[in-house]
Amino acid sequence: MGDWMTVTDRGLSSESKTISQYTSEIKMSPSSLYSQQVLCSSIPLSKNVHSFFSAFCTEDNIEQSISYLDQELTTFGFPSLYEESKGKETKRELNIVAVLNCMNELLVLQRKNLLAQENVETQNLKLGSDMDHLQSCYSKLKEQLETSRREMIGLQERDRQLQCKNRNLHQLLKNEKDEVQKLQNIIASRATQYNHDMKRKEREYNKLKERLHQLVMNKKDKKIAMDILNYVGRADGKRGSWRTGKTEARNEDEMYKILLNDYEYRQKQILMENAELKKVLQQMKKEMISLLSPQKKKPRERVDDSTGTVISDVEEDAGELSRESMWDLSCETVREQLTNSIRKQWRILKSHVEKLDNQVSKVHLEGFNDEDVISRQDHEQETEKLELEIQQCKEMIKTQQQLLQQQLATACDDDTTSLLRDCYLLEEKERLKEEWSLFKEQKKNFERERRSFTEAAIRLGLERKAFEEERASWLKQQFLNMTTFDHQNSENVKLFSAFSGSSDRDNLTVHSRQPQKKPHNVSNGSPVCMSKLTKSLPASPSTSDFCQTRSCVSEHSSINVLNMTPEEIKPNQVGGECTNQKWSVASRPGSQEGCYSGCSLTYTNSHVEKDDLP
Amino acid sequence: MNFSEVFKLSSLLCKFSPDGKYLVWSLEQPEWHCKIDEGSAGLVASCWSPDGRHILNTTEFHLRITVWSLCTKSVSYIKYPKACLQGITFTRDGRYMALAERRDCKDYVSIFVCSDWQLLRHFDTDTQDLTGIEWAPNGCVLAVWDSCLEYKILLYSLDGRLLSAYSAYEWSLGIKSVAWSPSSQFLAVGSYDGKVRILNHVTWKMITEFGHPATINNPKIVVYKEAEKSPQLGLGCLSFPPLGAGAGPLPSSESKYEIASVPVSLQTLKPVTDRANPKIGIGMLAFSPDSYFLATRNDNIPNAVWVWDIQKLRLFAVLEQLSPVRTFQWDPQQPRLAICTGGSRLYLWSPAGCMSVQVPGEGDFAVLSLCWHLSGDSMALLSKDHVCLCFLETEASVSTACRQLGGHT
Repeated sequence: MGDWMTVTDRGLSSESKTISQYTSEIKMSPSSLYSQQVLCSSIPLSKNVHSFFSAFCTEDNIEQSISYLDQELTTFGFPSLYEESKGKETKRELNIVAVLNCMNELLVLQRKNLLAQENVETQNLKLGSDMDHLQSCYSKLKEQLETSRREMIGLQERDRQLQCKNRNLHQLLKNEKDEVQKLQNIIASRATQYNHDMKRKEREYNKLKERLHQLVMNKKDKKIAMDILNYVGRADGKRGSWRTGKTEARNEDEMYKILLNDYEYRQKQILMENAELKKVLQQMKKEMISLLSPQKKKPRERVDDSTGTVISDVEEDAGELSRESMWDLSCETVREQLTNSIRKQWRILKSHVEKLDNQVSKVHLEGFNDEDVISRQDHEQETEKLELEIQQCKEMIKTQQQLLQQQLATACDDDTTSLLRDCYLLEEKERLKEEWSLFKEQKKNFERERRSFTEAAIRLGLERKAFEEERASWLKQQFLNMTTFDHQNSENVKLFSAFSGSSDRDNLTVHSRQPQKKPHNVSNGSPVCMSKLTKSLPASPSTSDFCQTRSCVSEHSSINVLNMTPEEIKPNQVGGECTNQKWSVASRPGSQEGCYSGCSLTYTNSHVEKDDLP
Repeated sequence: MNFSEVFKLSSLLCKFSPDGKYLVWSLEQPEWHCKIDEGSAGLVASCWSPDGRHILNTTEFHLRITVWSLCTKSVSYIKYPKACLQGITFTRDGRYMALAERRDCKDYVSIFVCSDWQLLRHFDTDTQDLTGIEWAPNGCVLAVWDSCLEYKILLYSLDGRLLSAYSAYEWSLGIKSVAWSPSSQFLAVGSYDGKVRILNHVTWKMITEFGHPATINNPKIVVYKEAEKSPQLGLGCLSFPPLGAGAGPLPSSESKYEIASVPVSLQTLKPVTDRANPKIGIGMLAFSPDSYFLATRNDNIPNAVWVWDIQKLRLFAVLEQLSPVRTFQWDPQQPRLAICTGGSRLYLWSPAGCMSVQVPGEGDFAVLSLCWHLSGDSMALLSKDHVCLCFLETEASVSTACRQLGGHT
């Protein structure tokens, strides 16, 4: 393809050659030219362009080049450049439109090809980089594989060596064991041999002893004696007893008695220990239960199973406790129950403690959460407090127990103590009786006093009422004196109607109390007024002033007021009669009260007046 | 061979000579004495019965044991007694006596009633070569142990039934010493492997074993080391300082105790392996009267006395003396241990501390053995031919009175 350049240098002279070359080359290898064309298109247009463009078509070979191009294009599928031929012989005219179309098509094709080329190139690059990457990975992996293979081989080698060593050691051990066994056998056999020899020698020796004994005994028979000078008798002066069957039996009995005593003593000790240990176990169990049971109240108790079991255990164990305490047997089942329940409780407690530990560790990891976790110091403080409390309670219990025991001890002593107790009871009874009688007396006294007080209160009320009425009448008189007759009449009527109306109503209440003779005649009017007055009294503070100012006045007129007779107060009798009426109240607790009642009466009057006045 | 023995049980004093003649003297009634002629058999050993009214003589070659009654003038013979270290043992209350016998190469044990010397029980034991028997203090169990060639200890009840047998190991040298605790709850068995094994009275199984290592590392153990003080302070050997039962090191004129700091390594003796009766193993065992402490001596480490706390089952204190320990004995009333090493000093240990006392006397008084009085107030120190009585006052000050008991021939 380099000829292309040389062709351009040679210029016109070799054009035909080139074209024929070109065409022949075309026929033979269109693809190479095509690729050449493609390649050349990527080269930026430079000085070769002109030569390139001029090399192919010059002014001389236009027709040939057109025909050539037309051939090429038709082979590629483009429409022909020539116009439709009218006849065979005439020269075909160049179809400009077709040429332009073809050119455009070619340009489009060119662009497409360029794009495709770019894509392909980028893809190529990508693939190249991927390839590089994969290759590097591959090489790394190969290295790793190599190293691991080497390691494995090394380890295998080591393993083999160790196994060899192990086998050797096993072998050694076996050998040693065999040796030991052999030595033991040797020892055993030697021991039996020695024993046998010993026995033989012993027999010989015994024989010799017997012989010697015989010889010795034969010589001296009489000399073996005991010479006691100044004979000392036995402590109790008896002679020694002969050996008989009875003494033998006695000895046997004594021996068995001694043995039995010893066994009994030991058994007692063991029973005591057992009882103590059982008590301790039961206490432990109770404490464990009490420790575990308040846990179910806490809402954040996570494990529901354990609480469930705790509750059930509590119920079970409560029943068991009662059973055990009732029976207090040492039979198998009770013992097993106790141990099983303790084991259960202990397991639950252990799991609980483990959970707490986990929680604590979690707290440490997560940070200090005030809500859920109590600080350690607080916990410790609380435990200390609780321990103190427990100690105090224990001491209290101990003292109480001691006292109880003392009491019981003293109580269980004799009949005298029971008698004493009875005496104490009698004493107490008498004391109680006295107190009771005292109490009754006091009660009576209180009743009397109360009655008297009520009477007094009633009397007071009545007096008040009377006083009030007197007052009212007095005031009425005043008003009558001050105002016109008509007014007075109407007021009096209203007043009296008010009085009477109320009197009828309140009469009943007065009569409900204990009636008294003297104020009875006044009962129609005065108590009614009193009740009304007393009700209306606290309404305004001005009445007190009013009362006070009037008190001195009323003192004088009180007698006059009180001297009014009740019969004279009647709604019918109005006017002058009212003014002249005088109350007669027999009992008068005090002028003060009368004034007071009078004041209160005046107040009511004023109130009534106020109501009436428009 | 002149013996003089002081007995506390009975008020009688006796001695005998090798040709079979026997003289018995009474301390209470000086006019009374008797002479026993055993015959030409010769005597090897003699012992009193607990009630002090009988004398048991063992003839030479252990041909027989003759029981002489001092009151009734009667004689009984017991044939085939066993020639072993501890063949006769009396119960504490003195009612029964157990005797080891051997007939036709088999061991037997006979139990006699001491009041009339009637044979109560006679049974054979499953031992190769019985070395010792001992009653438990409660008088209901008899411990029987085999020779050192076989580790075996058998326990029989009073009526001759076998209660249990215990054997810690085979083939090595076995039991060297045995001691009952005064409450009969524990049986301590010391063996040649340097360990003491404690058996309990309920199951007769081992509850613990105490080893005697040459180095002590535990800082909780108090180690008392006897050390020579600078000698010749000018006080002379007659002075003995009044000593209080205070803490550890209290000076005497010549030696004192120092508390050694842990770790302590004790002086050991390498045993000669090709000789019989090697000096290894636990040779001496003694329980304190309240059963709280056990004192042991490992013959490997002959200078040291080990005191074990039985309540906690661990080592409590170790006392290392300057010379090998000869004997030690507990005070019968309280946990106080008296040790003698053959020198002229007496050593006392109690949980509060320990002290060393110089025994006064003309010249060197070599304390070879000692013996407490029953009341715990005094003890007798025996040397070759002298006896020294030591009185302990309540303030734990020690005063001694030396009495010389000349040897009669």
